[in-house]
Amino acid sequence: MVGIVVISHSRTLADGVTEMARALGVGKAKVEPAGGDVDGGFGTSIDLVRHAVAAVDGGDGVVLLADLGSSVLTAKTFIEDTEGGAVLLADAPLVEGAVAAASMAAAGADLATVHAAAEAAREHRKT
Amino acid sequence: MSGTTLDGAALAGWIRHAAGLVAADAERLTRLDAAIGDGDHGLNLDRGFTAAVAAIGALPEGAAPSKVLIAAGRAIVSKTGGASGPLYGTALRRAGRTLADEDEADATALGAALAAALEGVQELGQADEGDKTMVDALIPAVAAYEGALAGGADLASCARAAADAAARGADATIPLRARKGRASYLGARSAGHLDPGAASTALILRALADITVGEGGWSGSS
Repeated sequence: MVGIVVISHSRTLADGVTEMARALGVGKAKVEPAGGDVDGGFGTSIDLVRHAVAAVDGGDGVVLLADLGSSVLTAKTFIEDTEGGAVLLADAPLVEGAVAAASMAAAGADLATVHAAAEAAREHRKT
Repeated sequence: MSGTTLDGAALAGWIRHAAGLVAADAERLTRLDAAIGDGDHGLNLDRGFTAAVAAIGALPEGAAPSKVLIAAGRAIVSKTGGASGPLYGTALRRAGRTLADEDEADATALGAALAAALEGVQELGQADEGDKTMVDALIPAVAAYEGALAGGADLASCARAAADAAARGADATIPLRARKGRASYLGARSAGHLDPGAASTALILRALADITVGEGGWSGSS
Protein backbone atom coordinates (compact mmCIF):
# COMPACT_ATOMS: atom_id res chain seq x y z
CA MET A 1 0.00 0.00 0.00
CA VAL A 2 1.28 3.49 -0.85
CA GLY A 3 2.30 5.43 2.24
CA ILE A 4 1.49 9.06 2.95
CA VAL A 5 3.46 11.61 4.95
CA VAL A 6 2.00 14.93 6.07
CA ILE A 7 4.61 17.68 6.43
CA SER A 8 3.77 20.88 8.22
CA HIS A 9 5.48 23.67 10.14
CA SER A 10 3.05 22.86 12.95
CA ARG A 11 3.18 19.56 14.84
CA THR A 12 -0.48 19.81 15.77
CA LEU A 13 -1.51 20.63 12.22
CA ALA A 14 0.38 17.63 10.84
CA ASP A 15 -1.14 15.43 13.54
CA GLY A 16 -4.63 16.77 12.78
CA VAL A 17 -4.37 16.31 9.03
CA THR A 18 -3.00 12.82 9.63
CA GLU A 19 -5.98 12.07 11.85
CA MET A 20 -8.34 13.19 9.07
CA ALA A 21 -6.48 11.27 6.39
CA ARG A 22 -6.50 8.10 8.48
CA ALA A 23 -10.23 8.49 9.07
CA LEU A 24 -10.99 9.03 5.40
CA GLY A 25 -8.57 6.24 4.54
CA VAL A 26 -11.04 4.12 6.54
CA GLY A 27 -8.37 2.96 8.93
CA LYS A 28 -6.43 1.20 6.20
CA ALA A 29 -4.21 3.96 4.78
CA LYS A 30 -0.70 4.32 6.20
CA VAL A 31 -0.33 7.96 7.10
CA GLU A 32 2.33 9.54 9.30
CA PRO A 33 2.84 13.15 10.39
CA ALA A 34 6.13 15.04 10.11
CA GLY A 35 5.20 18.30 11.72
CA GLY A 36 7.30 20.91 13.48
CA ASP A 37 10.99 20.72 14.15
CA VAL A 38 12.84 18.02 16.06
CA ASP A 39 12.29 19.87 19.36
CA GLY A 40 8.55 20.09 18.85
CA GLY A 41 8.71 23.74 17.90
CA PHE A 42 7.44 25.51 14.80
CA GLY A 43 9.29 24.65 11.61
CA THR A 44 10.20 21.69 9.42
CA SER A 45 12.73 18.94 9.81
CA ILE A 46 14.17 16.70 7.14
CA ASP A 47 14.98 14.19 9.87
CA LEU A 48 11.33 13.94 10.90
CA VAL A 49 10.38 13.51 7.23
CA ARG A 50 12.91 10.71 6.86
CA HIS A 51 11.56 9.01 9.97
CA ALA A 52 7.94 9.27 8.81
CA VAL A 53 8.73 7.98 5.32
CA ALA A 54 10.48 4.97 6.80
CA ALA A 55 7.41 4.31 8.96
CA VAL A 56 4.95 4.23 6.04
CA ASP A 57 7.13 2.79 3.31
CA GLY A 58 5.85 -0.69 2.62
CA GLY A 59 7.64 -0.96 -0.71
CA ASP A 60 4.88 0.58 -2.84
CA GLY A 61 6.15 4.13 -2.64
CA VAL A 62 5.29 7.20 -0.58
CA VAL A 63 3.44 10.44 -1.35
CA LEU A 64 4.43 13.58 0.55
CA LEU A 65 2.00 16.38 1.32
CA ALA A 66 3.47 19.71 2.46
CA ASP A 67 1.82 22.86 3.74
CA LEU A 68 3.98 25.64 2.24
CA GLY A 69 7.37 27.28 2.03
CA SER A 70 10.14 25.41 3.77
CA SER A 71 7.97 22.27 4.10
CA VAL A 72 8.01 22.09 0.32
CA LEU A 73 11.75 22.78 0.15
CA THR A 74 12.43 20.16 2.81
CA ALA A 75 10.30 17.63 0.93
CA LYS A 76 12.11 18.35 -2.32
CA THR A 77 15.52 18.15 -0.64
CA PHE A 78 14.56 14.81 0.92
CA ILE A 79 13.43 13.47 -2.46
CA GLU A 80 16.70 14.55 -4.08
CA ASP A 81 18.47 12.26 -1.64
CA THR A 82 16.15 9.35 -2.36
CA GLU A 83 16.98 6.91 -5.11
CA GLY A 84 14.52 5.15 -7.34
CA GLY A 85 11.69 7.64 -7.65
CA ALA A 86 9.63 5.94 -4.98
CA VAL A 87 8.88 9.11 -3.06
CA LEU A 88 6.81 11.83 -4.73
CA LEU A 89 5.74 15.28 -3.55
CA ALA A 90 2.15 16.15 -4.40
CA ASP A 91 1.50 19.70 -5.59
CA ALA A 92 -1.71 19.83 -3.60
CA PRO A 93 -3.37 21.61 -0.70
CA LEU A 94 -2.42 19.92 2.54
CA VAL A 95 -5.76 18.72 3.88
CA GLU A 96 -7.51 17.99 0.62
CA GLY A 97 -4.46 16.33 -0.89
CA ALA A 98 -3.84 14.12 2.14
CA VAL A 99 -7.45 13.02 2.26
CA ALA A 100 -7.58 12.26 -1.47
CA ALA A 101 -4.29 10.36 -1.27
CA ALA A 102 -5.42 8.34 1.74
CA SER A 103 -8.71 7.40 0.11
CA MET A 104 -6.98 6.26 -3.04
CA ALA A 105 -4.20 4.46 -1.20
CA ALA A 106 -6.72 2.63 0.96
CA ALA A 107 -8.33 1.40 -2.23
CA GLY A 108 -5.03 -0.22 -3.18
CA ALA A 109 -4.02 2.16 -5.96
CA ASP A 110 -0.42 2.43 -7.10
CA LEU A 111 1.94 5.34 -6.44
CA ALA A 112 1.20 7.27 -9.64
CA THR A 113 -2.54 6.99 -9.09
CA VAL A 114 -2.39 8.09 -5.46
CA HIS A 115 -0.12 10.99 -6.44
CA ALA A 116 -2.50 12.05 -9.22
CA ALA A 117 -5.47 11.88 -6.85
CA ALA A 118 -3.69 14.15 -4.38
CA GLU A 119 -2.90 16.70 -7.08
CA ALA A 120 -6.42 16.58 -8.49
CA ALA A 121 -7.63 17.71 -5.05
CA ARG A 122 -6.43 21.18 -6.05
CA GLU A 123 -9.56 21.46 -8.17
CA HIS A 124 -12.08 20.60 -5.48
CA ARG A 125 -14.32 23.64 -5.10
CA LYS A 126 -16.13 24.59 -1.90
CA THR A 127 -18.69 27.02 -3.22
CA MET B 1 46.16 27.06 0.61
CA SER B 2 48.28 28.50 -2.14
CA GLY B 3 47.55 31.85 -3.69
CA THR B 4 45.70 30.34 -6.59
CA THR B 5 43.90 27.31 -5.16
CA LEU B 6 41.76 26.37 -2.16
CA ASP B 7 42.20 23.02 -0.45
CA GLY B 8 39.86 21.33 2.01
CA ALA B 9 41.38 23.18 4.96
CA ALA B 10 40.85 26.53 3.25
CA LEU B 11 37.22 25.73 2.53
CA ALA B 12 36.77 24.59 6.11
CA GLY B 13 38.18 27.98 7.04
CA TRP B 14 35.55 29.58 4.81
CA ILE B 15 32.74 27.75 6.59
CA ARG B 16 34.14 28.73 10.00
CA HIS B 17 34.58 32.36 8.99
CA ALA B 18 31.10 32.45 7.46
CA ALA B 19 29.75 31.02 10.70
CA GLY B 20 31.52 33.79 12.57
CA LEU B 21 30.13 36.52 10.35
CA VAL B 22 26.64 35.07 10.60
CA ALA B 23 26.87 34.82 14.39
CA ALA B 24 28.09 38.40 14.63
CA ASP B 25 25.32 39.61 12.36
CA ALA B 26 22.53 37.31 13.53
CA GLU B 27 20.62 40.11 15.21
CA ARG B 28 20.62 42.29 12.09
CA LEU B 29 19.58 39.38 9.88
CA THR B 30 16.75 38.56 12.25
CA ARG B 31 15.67 42.19 12.27
CA LEU B 32 15.57 42.24 8.47
CA ASP B 33 13.52 39.09 8.59
CA ALA B 34 11.18 40.48 11.22
CA ALA B 35 10.37 43.35 8.87
CA ILE B 36 9.08 41.16 6.04
CA GLY B 37 9.57 37.53 7.05
CA ASP B 38 8.86 35.54 10.18
CA GLY B 39 11.78 36.88 12.14
CA ASP B 40 14.04 33.87 12.48
CA HIS B 41 16.59 34.10 9.68
CA GLY B 42 19.56 35.11 11.80
CA LEU B 43 18.79 32.57 14.50
CA ASN B 44 18.24 29.78 11.99
CA LEU B 45 21.38 30.49 10.02
CA ASP B 46 23.48 30.82 13.18
CA ARG B 47 22.23 27.41 14.31
CA GLY B 48 22.85 25.88 10.88
CA PHE B 49 26.37 27.23 10.50
CA THR B 50 27.26 26.22 14.04
CA ALA B 51 26.22 22.68 13.10
CA ALA B 52 28.23 22.97 9.88
CA VAL B 53 31.35 23.94 11.82
CA ALA B 54 30.85 20.94 14.10
CA ALA B 55 30.35 18.65 11.11
CA ILE B 56 33.52 19.73 9.35
CA GLY B 57 35.39 19.50 12.64
CA ALA B 58 34.50 15.83 12.72
CA LEU B 59 36.07 15.17 9.31
CA PRO B 60 39.48 13.51 9.10
CA GLU B 61 42.56 15.67 8.66
CA GLY B 62 43.14 16.61 5.05
CA ALA B 63 39.58 16.04 3.91
CA ALA B 64 39.04 17.01 0.29
CA PRO B 65 37.20 20.22 -0.64
CA SER B 66 34.14 18.31 -1.82
CA LYS B 67 33.87 16.41 1.46
CA VAL B 68 34.09 19.64 3.45
CA LEU B 69 31.36 21.40 1.49
CA ILE B 70 29.09 18.37 1.40
CA ALA B 71 29.42 17.79 5.14
CA ALA B 72 28.70 21.45 5.80
CA GLY B 73 25.74 21.34 3.42
CA ARG B 74 24.24 18.26 5.04
CA ALA B 75 24.48 19.81 8.49
CA ILE B 76 22.87 22.98 7.25
CA VAL B 77 19.97 21.11 5.65
CA SER B 78 19.41 19.18 8.83
CA LYS B 79 19.84 21.83 11.50
CA THR B 80 18.97 25.22 10.09
CA GLY B 81 15.23 25.27 9.85
CA GLY B 82 13.26 27.60 7.63
CA ALA B 83 13.83 27.88 3.93
CA SER B 84 17.51 28.65 4.45
CA GLY B 85 18.37 25.12 5.50
CA PRO B 86 17.37 23.38 2.28
CA LEU B 87 18.54 26.31 0.14
CA TYR B 88 22.01 26.91 1.60
CA GLY B 89 22.46 23.22 2.27
CA THR B 90 21.69 22.35 -1.34
CA ALA B 91 23.95 25.18 -2.53
CA LEU B 92 26.92 23.80 -0.59
CA ARG B 93 26.23 20.19 -1.52
CA ARG B 94 25.99 21.01 -5.22
CA ALA B 95 29.16 23.08 -4.99
CA GLY B 96 30.88 20.20 -3.22
CA ARG B 97 29.77 17.67 -5.81
CA THR B 98 31.27 19.64 -8.70
CA LEU B 99 34.63 19.58 -6.94
CA ALA B 100 34.63 15.76 -7.17
CA ASP B 101 37.84 14.18 -5.81
CA GLU B 102 40.15 17.12 -6.39
CA ASP B 103 42.44 18.05 -3.53
CA GLU B 104 42.44 21.69 -4.52
CA ALA B 105 40.05 23.99 -6.31
CA ASP B 106 41.53 26.56 -8.66
CA ALA B 107 39.73 29.70 -9.81
CA THR B 108 37.95 27.86 -12.60
CA ALA B 109 36.81 25.01 -10.36
CA LEU B 110 35.60 27.41 -7.67
CA GLY B 111 33.65 29.33 -10.29
CA ALA B 112 32.02 26.12 -11.47
CA ALA B 113 31.18 25.26 -7.87
CA LEU B 114 29.50 28.64 -7.32
CA ALA B 115 27.55 28.25 -10.56
CA ALA B 116 26.41 24.80 -9.45
CA ALA B 117 25.38 26.25 -6.10
CA LEU B 118 23.24 28.84 -7.86
CA GLU B 119 21.71 26.21 -10.12
CA GLY B 120 20.81 24.10 -7.09
CA VAL B 121 19.21 27.05 -5.31
CA GLN B 122 17.14 28.03 -8.35
CA GLU B 123 16.09 24.47 -9.06
CA LEU B 124 14.93 23.98 -5.49
CA GLY B 125 13.38 27.33 -4.74
CA GLN B 126 12.27 28.24 -8.26
CA ALA B 127 13.14 31.88 -7.70
CA ASP B 128 14.18 34.17 -10.52
CA GLU B 129 16.16 37.37 -10.37
CA GLY B 130 13.86 40.13 -9.13
CA ASP B 131 11.80 37.92 -6.81
CA LYS B 132 13.52 39.50 -3.79
CA THR B 133 15.42 36.46 -2.53
CA MET B 134 18.98 35.23 -2.01
CA VAL B 135 19.05 34.65 -5.76
CA ASP B 136 19.20 38.43 -6.25
CA ALA B 137 22.60 38.38 -4.60
CA LEU B 138 23.80 35.07 -5.97
CA ILE B 139 23.09 35.65 -9.68
CA PRO B 140 25.15 38.86 -9.89
CA ALA B 141 27.83 37.25 -7.73
CA VAL B 142 28.28 34.30 -10.08
CA ALA B 143 28.18 36.60 -13.11
CA ALA B 144 30.81 38.89 -11.59
CA TYR B 145 33.02 35.93 -10.70
CA GLU B 146 32.79 34.53 -14.23
CA GLY B 147 33.43 37.96 -15.73
CA ALA B 148 36.52 38.44 -13.60
CA LEU B 149 37.75 34.95 -14.44
CA ALA B 150 37.25 35.50 -18.15
CA GLY B 151 39.24 38.71 -17.80
CA GLY B 152 42.19 36.78 -16.39
CA ALA B 153 41.75 37.69 -12.73
CA ASP B 154 43.17 35.38 -10.05
CA LEU B 155 41.07 33.41 -7.57
CA ALA B 156 41.13 36.08 -4.86
CA SER B 157 40.08 38.81 -7.29
CA CYS B 158 37.27 36.67 -8.66
CA ALA B 159 36.04 35.95 -5.15
CA ARG B 160 36.18 39.63 -4.27
CA ALA B 161 34.25 40.53 -7.41
CA ALA B 162 31.61 37.98 -6.43
CA ALA B 163 31.37 39.34 -2.88
CA ASP B 164 31.09 42.94 -4.06
CA ALA B 165 28.41 42.02 -6.60
CA ALA B 166 26.48 40.06 -3.97
CA ALA B 167 26.50 43.08 -1.65
CA ARG B 168 25.24 45.31 -4.43
CA GLY B 169 22.63 42.70 -5.36
CA ALA B 170 21.43 42.55 -1.78
CA ASP B 171 21.06 46.34 -1.64
CA ALA B 172 19.17 46.20 -4.91
CA THR B 173 16.50 44.05 -3.26
CA ILE B 174 15.32 47.00 -1.18
CA PRO B 175 12.78 48.40 -3.62
CA LEU B 176 11.65 45.01 -4.87
CA ARG B 177 8.29 43.47 -4.16
CA ALA B 178 8.70 39.90 -2.90
CA ARG B 179 7.42 37.12 -5.14
CA LYS B 180 8.67 34.19 -3.04
CA GLY B 181 8.57 33.17 0.56
CA ARG B 182 6.60 34.60 3.44
CA ALA B 183 7.37 38.15 2.33
CA SER B 184 5.39 37.49 -0.83
CA TYR B 185 2.23 37.38 1.26
CA LEU B 186 2.83 41.04 2.09
CA GLY B 187 2.68 42.15 -1.52
CA ALA B 188 3.64 45.78 -1.97
CA ARG B 189 4.40 46.12 1.77
CA SER B 190 7.51 44.03 1.25
CA ALA B 191 9.05 46.82 -0.79
CA GLY B 192 11.43 49.16 1.00
CA HIS B 193 13.16 46.44 2.98
CA LEU B 194 16.40 44.61 2.30
CA ASP B 195 15.85 40.88 1.78
CA PRO B 196 17.43 38.88 4.62
CA GLY B 197 18.37 35.93 2.39
CA ALA B 198 20.19 38.25 0.00
CA ALA B 199 21.91 39.89 2.98
CA SER B 200 23.15 36.57 4.33
CA THR B 201 24.34 35.46 0.88
CA ALA B 202 26.40 38.63 0.65
CA LEU B 203 27.86 37.88 4.09
CA ILE B 204 28.78 34.30 3.18
CA LEU B 205 30.46 35.38 -0.06
CA ARG B 206 32.30 38.14 1.83
CA ALA B 207 33.64 35.36 4.06
CA LEU B 208 34.88 33.51 0.98
CA ALA B 209 36.63 36.60 -0.36
CA ASP B 210 38.22 37.18 3.06
CA ILE B 211 39.76 33.74 3.32
CA THR B 212 41.19 33.90 -0.20
CA VAL B 213 43.40 36.75 0.99
CA GLY B 214 44.16 35.11 4.30
CA GLU B 215 41.72 37.08 6.41
CA GLY B 216 38.95 35.81 8.60
CA GLY B 217 40.64 33.48 11.05
CA TRP B 218 37.67 32.20 12.99
CA SER B 219 39.10 30.75 16.16
CA GLY B 220 35.81 29.36 17.40
CA SER B 221 35.42 31.92 20.16
CA SER B 222 33.04 34.86 19.91
